[in-house]
Amino acid sequence: MSVLASSDCKETFVLNLGPQHPATHGVLRVKLTMDGEYIRHAEPVLGYIHRMHEKMGENRTWAQFMPNTGRLDYLSALSYNHGYVLAVERAAGIAVPERAEYIRVITVELNRISSHLVWFGAFILDLGGFTPLLYAFDDREIILDLLQAVTGSRLTYCYFRFGGVYNDIEPDFITGTLAFIKRLRERMPMYHNLVTKNIILIKRLKDIGFVPAEMCRKYGATGPVLRGAGVGYDVRRAEPYSVYPELDFDIPTYPEGDCMARYMVRLDEIEQSMRIIEQACAKLPDGPVMAEKAPKIIKPAKGDYYAAVEAARGSFGVRLVSDGTTTPYRLKLRSPSYSNLSLFGEASRGMLLPDALALMGSLDLVIPEIDR
Amino acid sequence: MSGYFAEIFSGAKSLASGMGITFRYMFKPVVTVQYPHATLKMPERYRGHIELVKDPESGEPKCIVCGMCQRACPSGCITVAGDKLEGEKKKVLSKYVLNFTTCSLCGSCVESCKPGAIQFSREYNLASTRKEDYTIDLLQRLREQR
Repeated sequence: MSVLASSDCKETFVLNLGPQHPATHGVLRVKLTMDGEYIRHAEPVLGYIHRMHEKMGENRTWAQFMPNTGRLDYLSALSYNHGYVLAVERAAGIAVPERAEYIRVITVELNRISSHLVWFGAFILDLGGFTPLLYAFDDREIILDLLQAVTGSRLTYCYFRFGGVYNDIEPDFITGTLAFIKRLRERMPMYHNLVTKNIILIKRLKDIGFVPAEMCRKYGATGPVLRGAGVGYDVRRAEPYSVYPELDFDIPTYPEGDCMARYMVRLDEIEQSMRIIEQACAKLPDGPVMAEKAPKIIKPAKGDYYAAVEAARGSFGVRLVSDGTTTPYRLKLRSPSYSNLSLFGEASRGMLLPDALALMGSLDLVIPEIDR
Repeated sequence: MSGYFAEIFSGAKSLASGMGITFRYMFKPVVTVQYPHATLKMPERYRGHIELVKDPESGEPKCIVCGMCQRACPSGCITVAGDKLEGEKKKVLSKYVLNFTTCSLCGSCVESCKPGAIQFSREYNLASTRKEDYTIDLLQRLREQR
């Protein structure tokens, strides 16, 4: 702000960032009012890939909406699957077998790691470093192979069902997952040596892009953005669901609120997700993966239902209004990136353009999830 | 002033250690598959487009033309039709067309099929520039497989 206050330049110009720009990771357009290299005003323009997911939900049965949930956030589709089935299970009163819950947790956490790895690669790419992306994708490829063997797809999963999961996991999957965790543990120090300790990265991220806790509250930002501002809020702990209360994991927080803090939160979350998977694999009980009494045709009783999960980008909520028929009356999706993007305008004021791109990258935006 | 030089020194060291890592990786084996010279084997549960399952005894499709898959499909990409032949109790499948352009591979059809007459194929080489190539006549495909 001080830069703007001292600037006596009255002339500004408008710079369009996007909708086709590699740093926006999709079709997001940001209208920047620039004062030289400094941003005076930033206005995100949304809606380029709006697909009316919520409206689509009102026009099909409860089960038929499932594939849509995998197409909101393509990087952590299973979390979104989870949020939706959780809401419908709550509405229809379906109990899920314990084995299915553990399988859900293992696959969701694997998906979270893969999502963070993509973010890691793409974020460094935004900052001008190409090589780490290839290393991150090398690790992510193993996760995709593991999940492909279970779910049949590599990205837009549709694996969870009301009352369980589509099919059981095989013993190969558990051994493969544990082998992968061992590999990733060995590679994490490499990532830190290659990237985290790099002087260029530190200079680009440290004390850049402040998003204090108060701003997060104002805009409803959640996930690593909020935890990077020092608030230890995680839906897995705040409103426990599935089998998370039985698992031991920490919620990494960094109080600085700068880009580096958000970067560190995500890297620490990879480690915590690995811990969760190890415990879940050890505790995995035998039994069915689908509730026996799960009804084929879902007709939740009249009412208003809400369920939230911790997706890779923050709290993903599903609000369902049922009028007792086979289709939802209203289906509202609360996606984390939408709130996380909303604070960009305020947070980027007075920043240098390259720093603002670092800030945008550190928010980890996935555009299809903003434009639902 | 000493902090300034210390930072230059530690910064240079961090860059050198990063370069050391990339240098070491240069001599590690290639991790990518050289498609199309080499291809990957799709896992058992890979979800390609759906295909009809043959009855091993009669050689005819297992489908009983109940239309459950058609109803379960979220995007209405399956068209099933059957003829009722004289003297036979059951319907005989006459048409099974999949419009793969709108299919999202959710598996609702496979799940809803009681006789287990459809399954996922392991077809993934489907690139084309013509829309018609994705309207797949599964009945004809099954006959050609014989």
